[in-house]
This record gives sequence, C-alpha cells and structure tokens, in this order.
Amino acid sequence: MTPSRPASIEASALVREFKKGPRAVDGIDLHVAPGEIYGFLGPNGAGKSTTTLMLTTLLPPTAGSARVAGYDVVREGPAVRAAIGAALQEAALDPLLTGREHMRLQTALHGLPRAERAARGEELLERIGLREAADRKVGGYSGGMKRRLDLALALVHRPRILFLDEPTTGLDIQSRAALWQEVSRLAADDGVTVFLTTQYLEEADVLADRVGIIDHGRIVAEGTPAQLKSQIGRPSVEVVPLDAGQRGPLAAVLARFGEPTGASPNGVAVRLRGGERDLAEVVRALDAEHIAVEHIQLHAPSLDDVFLAKTGRSLEGAGDQPQPEEAANREPIAAHSGATA
Amino acid sequence: MSPRRRLLGTQVRTLARRSVVRTLRQPAQLVPAFIFPLFLLAVNTGGLQRATRIPGFPTHSYLTFALAIPFMQGALFSVMNAGTDLARDIESGFLNRLALTPLRGPALLAGLLAGAIVTALAQATTYILVGLVAGASFAAGAAGVAVIFALAILITLGFGAIGLFAALRTGSGEAVQGLFPVLFVTLFLSSMSLPRNLIHTVWFREVATYNPVSYLIEAIRSLLITGWNAQALELGFGLAAAIALAAMVAASVALRNRLERT
Repeated sequence: MTPSRPASIEASALVREFKKGPRAVDGIDLHVAPGEIYGFLGPNGAGKSTTTLMLTTLLPPTAGSARVAGYDVVREGPAVRAAIGAALQEAALDPLLTGREHMRLQTALHGLPRAERAARGEELLERIGLREAADRKVGGYSGGMKRRLDLALALVHRPRILFLDEPTTGLDIQSRAALWQEVSRLAADDGVTVFLTTQYLEEADVLADRVGIIDHGRIVAEGTPAQLKSQIGRPSVEVVPLDAGQRGPLAAVLARFGEPTGASPNGVAVRLRGGERDLAEVVRALDAEHIAVEHIQLHAPSLDDVFLAKTGRSLEGAGDQPQPEEAANREPIAAHSGATA
Repeated sequence: MSPRRRLLGTQVRTLARRSVVRTLRQPAQLVPAFIFPLFLLAVNTGGLQRATRIPGFPTHSYLTFALAIPFMQGALFSVMNAGTDLARDIESGFLNRLALTPLRGPALLAGLLAGAIVTALAQATTYILVGLVAGASFAAGAAGVAVIFALAILITLGFGAIGLFAALRTGSGEAVQGLFPVLFVTLFLSSMSLPRNLIHTVWFREVATYNPVSYLIEAIRSLLITGWNAQALELGFGLAAAIALAAMVAASVALRNRLERT
C-alpha cells in the first residue's frame, strides 16, 4: 500500500484537545487505501477512540483535517456517515429490544426501502449466526453475540468503510476468532476498508494489512506487521541457567552474539547479531563453557517489541501505567509513514 | 412527499415504536406511574372530603376536585421515564449509534416522546375510568373528556421534553431522577389541594398564583366541576403549549450540543 493510491481514509495533522485535559490526539497523519484493513494499535488512553470519533464525524477535530470516503469530516459530515459503518467501543445495543428489532430499527433509520429492510436484516442475522436468537432480547445475549450484532448493524447500509473500535475487547477466544474471520471476509470479498482499533497485539498482527502504533496521541510507528518487526530487526535469545550462580559467565558467553535485551528475572537475553542462524552457535558455546541450561528460547520480534523500542514501555498494561515524563520529550516519530510503508 | 420528508416520517415512526416497546417492557417503570397517583387520590379524597364544607369551595365532591391531580402526577412520571431512557441511551453509547445514521434531531425527540404520550393516554384513560366508577362528575361531558385527553397529551409533551432536556444536558439517569422531587414540590406549591382563593397563607397563595402548574390543574378541574370555562382552558392550554415549546426548544439545543457530530 502506498500513499499515492487514492485513500479511503486520510488525515493530516489531526488534533483533538479536551478542556482541562491533554491533547488526546496530537497531530496524526493517516492514509488508508481502499480494501485495506488498517490496525490502530495502542494502549488504553493512547488516542485510538478519539481518532475514531473524529473520523466518524462524532467529534470535531481541534485542528488538522481528515477525509473519509473522499469527504471532509468537518464540512461533509452527512456524506461521510452515509459511506461508513461503525461499531464503537461498547456494543451500543438496547437490552430491551431483540436482535431482529435492532435490525428493523437500523434499516429504517438508514432509509432502506421498506421492501428491502426485512430481507437485509435476515441476511445479516444469518451471516453472523444470530438467526436463531433473533427474537430474544439483547439483554440476554453473550458478549460475543452482542459484538456480532453490533457488527451486523454497522453493515445494514452496505458501507464502503467500516470503523471497529476495539471490537473484540472482553471476548473469549472463539468469539474473537469468529469476528476476525468475518472482518477478513468483509475486506477480501466485499472490498470494505476496515479501520480497526485494538489493544491486542495478536489482533493487529493477524488481521491488519498495515498497523499504526499510537501512544500519547501520536503515531509512533506504521507499516505492515512484517515491516514493523523488521525495524526491530533481529530475534533475541533468552537463556535461563540451571544454576543461578552462572548468570555472570552466561552473560559473558551471550555477549559474543549480540547486545543485551530485556529478560526474565532469572534469565539473560541478547538480540542475536546474526539472526536465528546464531542459535546453534549459542548452544555450542554454552556447552563448551559447561553452562547447564534450564531453559532456552528464541524470541521472534513482536509488535510489542516494536512498541517497546519506540516508547520504552511494553504495550501490555501500558495504558495503566502513569504517563512517563519522557513521553512529552520523546522524539516525534516522523518516519511513521513513507519510511516504513 | 419528498424523500427527505418520507425518511423523517419513517424515523419518527421507528423511534416511536421503539419508545413504546421499551415502555411496555419496563413494568417496574410503568406501574408506579399508574398506582402512585391513584393511591394519592384515594388518600386525599378520604382525608380532605370535609374541605368541601369551606365556604366558596367549588364542589361538594373532593374526588371530583382532586381528580385533576393524577394527570399532573402522571406527567411528572413522564419527565423521569422519557429522561431516564434517553440518559441510558447516552450512557450506553446507543445515542452515538443513532447519530451515525441519517437521523434528524426532531425525529429523535419526537420518537422518544411517543412512549411518554402512549403512557399518558393509558394513564388518562385509567384515571377517568376510576373517577367514573368512584362517582366523580364530568361537568363538560364526553367532549370535556376528549379535551382532558388533549391537555394531558400537551402537558406530557412539555414535561417529557423537560426530562429529555435534563438527560441531554447531564447525560446521567441519576441526574434526571434527581429532578423528580424538585418538580414534585412545584405540584404541592400549586392549587393542588385547595382553590387559590381559599388559600389563606399569603406566601403560599402568591407562589401558587405564579406557579404555572396551578393553571394546568385548574384547566382540567374546570372541565370536571364547572363545564366549559374559556378563561381556565385558555390559560391551561396556553401555559401547557408554552412549556412544551420552551422545553422542546431547550431539548433541541441540548441535543445539538450533545451530538457534536459535524
């Protein structure tokens, strides 16, 4: 995907400030191509949902500009809304209505012709596997059922662009996988552009064609998952010695193969200068130095490593940590667009 | 009919249906709106019948005099029910779902008030039937009953819109429910229990005179006790319309502020 292609979603220096609060979104640029699944990855409070609200016209930007489906989100809100579907952070459903009643409501509010409404509702209920439960009140649905209904409701008017704000948060593995499958199908078969926010590394990795990593309202990295991981470069190896007293000699041996990196309390880890091929050499060197090993593991770079490298923190639980002071002084990551994409 | 107008009609009908369905599926919200006013009617009628002996009291039946009160109490419940429902929609994000459709503000407000109006019609029917069975008089006859229905709907529209305004301003169901006692006080500070000219405490009479609720009650009461009283009806309908208009305008502005959509 290159920025030269016509964009489904594009944003330039988009900012949102709240009264008495920090800049929730601090000058982000986006370019999402038609049919692309774009994963917007970041911890709680990073600015993902605020960005989504701006792109879906529900929140006006403080500065900057954005176009969705070719329409300006500030000046052409109704045209944007007609082109998009959105399932926002909470599955916003009425617990007193049934699934089928939700479909009727949504198809009518979108102005589908009367003759088409019931058929479209049934088609979507069938597709998400809720036909059997369609006449039950939504208050009795499981989290996964609610999320699937939420997705179906976002699709009633056949949008070209779909915004999904943390669609699988709180779901069990099966429900998550089912939703991923449906989202992939929408992009692959129907050509729907998907803008997906998530705090799950795996979700972004599995589902997204490209990933933007956001932290403190800024995009700190962007590219395909493979490109981002390759920025981190090489895999690391972590070794836990059988005898804790041998951590010193172990560190000396491993230092021959690369620079130290984060490890578990009992282990020592290095980023392998020669990549995965060094692993056999590492094992031979440890054997030669008579260092007995309890555990040895090769870590391929993950998106969490990318996040760690760009922000100095791990994505897991990053949203729960106090904002580090250095975050304000962190270099604005300029290389997030063209450099990696 | 233009497609735009047709869509508006569809949206109002759709949201009205939702509002009615929601109302019918919440008996815990619905039952007090019927039972509580009737309970108070029974207590007042039982305890204050001797008030009819006060010289100048307009009727010998305190039941007939007090039958206007449940209509106002019912309308107060519409503040809470319509407002709480909307506040829930705000809290749950459902309002954002609606905002992402081509929904127009007036359709949302009208749809939300529809449930309150259906409830008001059911309440009015109940109160009138109870009044008939208990022996209240209806001086203006069947046409007067129809006018009572019309006024009850107008009052409910106004008070329901106050509930919507509170919900849109605060976004909180608790805040809307907190409004109920405040509004209930305005009911007690009116000519609810005695005609204004028989209230001897000066400050109370002054407050009741400036309290628009007095005139809403007196309009209904006039149809029950004296028949067709143009002045009472003009005041009642005029004030009810003014309250409805002001509350609808306030709710529309609050909706525009709440939905920051571009």
